[in-house]
Amino acid sequence: MKTPSTSPHRWRLTADTVPYVLLAPFVILFLVFGLFPLGFSLFLAFQSWEPSAGLNTMKFVGWENFAFALEDEWFWKSLRNTAWLALVSGVPQHLVSIPLACFIHNAFKRWRNAVIGAYFLPYITSTVAIAMMFSSLFSTDYGLINQGLMALQAWLPWGTPQAPTDWLGQAENIKPAIAFVVFWRYVGFNTVLYLAALQTIPKDLYEAATMDGANAWKQFFYITLPSLKPMIFFGITLTIIGGLQLFEEPFILTGGRGGTDQAGMTTAMYMYRTAFEFNDFGTASALSWLLFVVVALLTWITNRAFKPRGGGA
Amino acid sequence: MPLAPLPIGPQGLRALSAAIGLLISSLVQAENLTIAAYPAVDSIAKSAAAEWKKKHPGFELKIVSRSFPDHHTAMTTALSTSSNLPDVMVLEVGYVARFAENGGLQDLSQAPFNIKAQQALFVPYAFKQATARSGAVVAVPTDIGPGTLLYRTDLLKKAGITEAQLTSSWEGYVQSGAQIKAKTGAYLMPHARDMKDIIIRSNLQAGEGLYIDNKGKVLINTPRFERAFELARQVRAQKLDGKINAWTTEWTEGFKRGQIATQMSGAWLAGHMNNWIAPQTKGLWRAAQLPERSWASWGGSFYAIPKGSPNKALAWEFIQMMTLQADMQLQAFKTEDAFPALLEVHKDAFLDQPIEFLGGQKARLLWREAAQKTAAIDVHKLDPIAEEIVNTELDKVLDQGKDIRAALQDAQALLERRARR
Repeated sequence: MKTPSTSPHRWRLTADTVPYVLLAPFVILFLVFGLFPLGFSLFLAFQSWEPSAGLNTMKFVGWENFAFALEDEWFWKSLRNTAWLALVSGVPQHLVSIPLACFIHNAFKRWRNAVIGAYFLPYITSTVAIAMMFSSLFSTDYGLINQGLMALQAWLPWGTPQAPTDWLGQAENIKPAIAFVVFWRYVGFNTVLYLAALQTIPKDLYEAATMDGANAWKQFFYITLPSLKPMIFFGITLTIIGGLQLFEEPFILTGGRGGTDQAGMTTAMYMYRTAFEFNDFGTASALSWLLFVVVALLTWITNRAFKPRGGGA
Repeated sequence: MPLAPLPIGPQGLRALSAAIGLLISSLVQAENLTIAAYPAVDSIAKSAAAEWKKKHPGFELKIVSRSFPDHHTAMTTALSTSSNLPDVMVLEVGYVARFAENGGLQDLSQAPFNIKAQQALFVPYAFKQATARSGAVVAVPTDIGPGTLLYRTDLLKKAGITEAQLTSSWEGYVQSGAQIKAKTGAYLMPHARDMKDIIIRSNLQAGEGLYIDNKGKVLINTPRFERAFELARQVRAQKLDGKINAWTTEWTEGFKRGQIATQMSGAWLAGHMNNWIAPQTKGLWRAAQLPERSWASWGGSFYAIPKGSPNKALAWEFIQMMTLQADMQLQAFKTEDAFPALLEVHKDAFLDQPIEFLGGQKARLLWREAAQKTAAIDVHKLDPIAEEIVNTELDKVLDQGKDIRAALQDAQALLERRARR
């Protein structure tokens, strides 16, 4: 069917304008939701502002917010909490997911996708649902974890606690509980990353190694692990960034407060609370930029650590 | 029925789009009065829709309902950017104070509102809570939470404790708790923090302020906090608390299973217990005044008009209907346990009626007395951070055995550092 053209000529796309028009949706969205908030938070970091008083009540204070944050013992406490959680939840993720990926890669044929799906499920489940589920699992008197430990006590009188453990109320238990949830959630994601990388390793490498008499361990250490190196770098970078920005799991598990003695309060949580609970957006923005510096620094160090050395590869 | 393509041609389409355009423009023209609220004030406002329509046929009530924390985050954002402001915002008492000093809310003491002329009609402490330091009245109280002590008669009887022993003094309250724990195994209270929270609020002088006085002096390193910390420490040391936070599974289960013997709270908690927390414990609970005849309040809701509201006159009409009209206040009291801030309703026969959940006790009369005796506590914008500082130091005292004096000194120093900024 032929329709008469009604659009005026000036709206017709030319070869010169097409790229700009096609790029426009991304550029506009990036400016509005990416660049503007970034710039605004940098601007806010140098202001004293109580948001409910309106935009015109901002006052320029120079570096005061940064100076305050750097001398704030809660900021350092939250950084220590974050580092602890990132390390204890992050390292096991990779130590478990690499062997797990190799196992799934070799052991399953027909059921492989179903198995991967099962491990990936926690990653795509809503954080709120996860945290609510674990809140009830960790419950001191009624939780399944303590019930299990108590049942185990009958068999193993040593090594299991005598009384129910207060997982989310006792300062020294809060961090391990959070770290476990984070580990549980992201181990499947990393496994998928490593499975994808495993599939790209040429099979003839293994065949040649078998012909040369290398056993499975040697093949793992001399073929699999070196070939996975780029993916390990990628995975660890994601874990570092995610771990340092950890917010949802501790926030919901500790009822938004960070728990007893703020033992589970991460820097991202402290930042959020400074803004929305303590009504100080300037300091909160300064905190976010300080956190950014830490993230950037650690990512750079990881990059250096994984950079091919010597003869180059 | 088999699906067939709609039998309309290009002309029909044009007509349809014109009709849709008309519909949209008429929707835009129909005036709305937007009320932003959280539960259960949202359902109270909704139930007023019929009455409102009778009075103002041209204006629809539009209730924007959000969960409690989301609501206040949304209101903070709306006020900070002066956009998407509702005509009327419902605010919980803690946020009234926070927003009051910042100038985003309409001062209702000025013409044409002149709320001060009606001050005597409201529960005094609630009205004062809505008054900023400058004298501006930024909100109107609608419901209040007079403090009460709910306790389990069966557990007390088993432990051989009378209500008088429980409530004569705070020290006696803790001693009774030890006996209850020994005889029944039940906790005296959910969390030792509750003990600190009530003591620091008891016996405040007018204008004293909770953490900071009106001259900006930090009040943490004082005998008031020392007593509060000491009593909380005793509660924890004798294992009289279950380290249970309110609104958690442990909390509701504790009530259901009779593992918590008493709870200090606003009067509204009896309604929540009856409706969903522990309906099966009906008849086992009683209400009493707080020990040492301390007076305190838990929560309370207010209506406010943001300065940027386009329909201030109508918003004011709505607020007057909800807060000054006795039948509306009484209805909210009956349906949602919203204890009225309007004094006229306190004379209603409904207050004399026995409460089944409390074993037929006429507890509303107790709560009325508490509402009249409670004094307003001056609020400071640093209160949220002060509370966090004090709670964190209390955690250290309770869990790590930190010395109380050292904890109070540290808390004082931390807050002073913030107050200097």
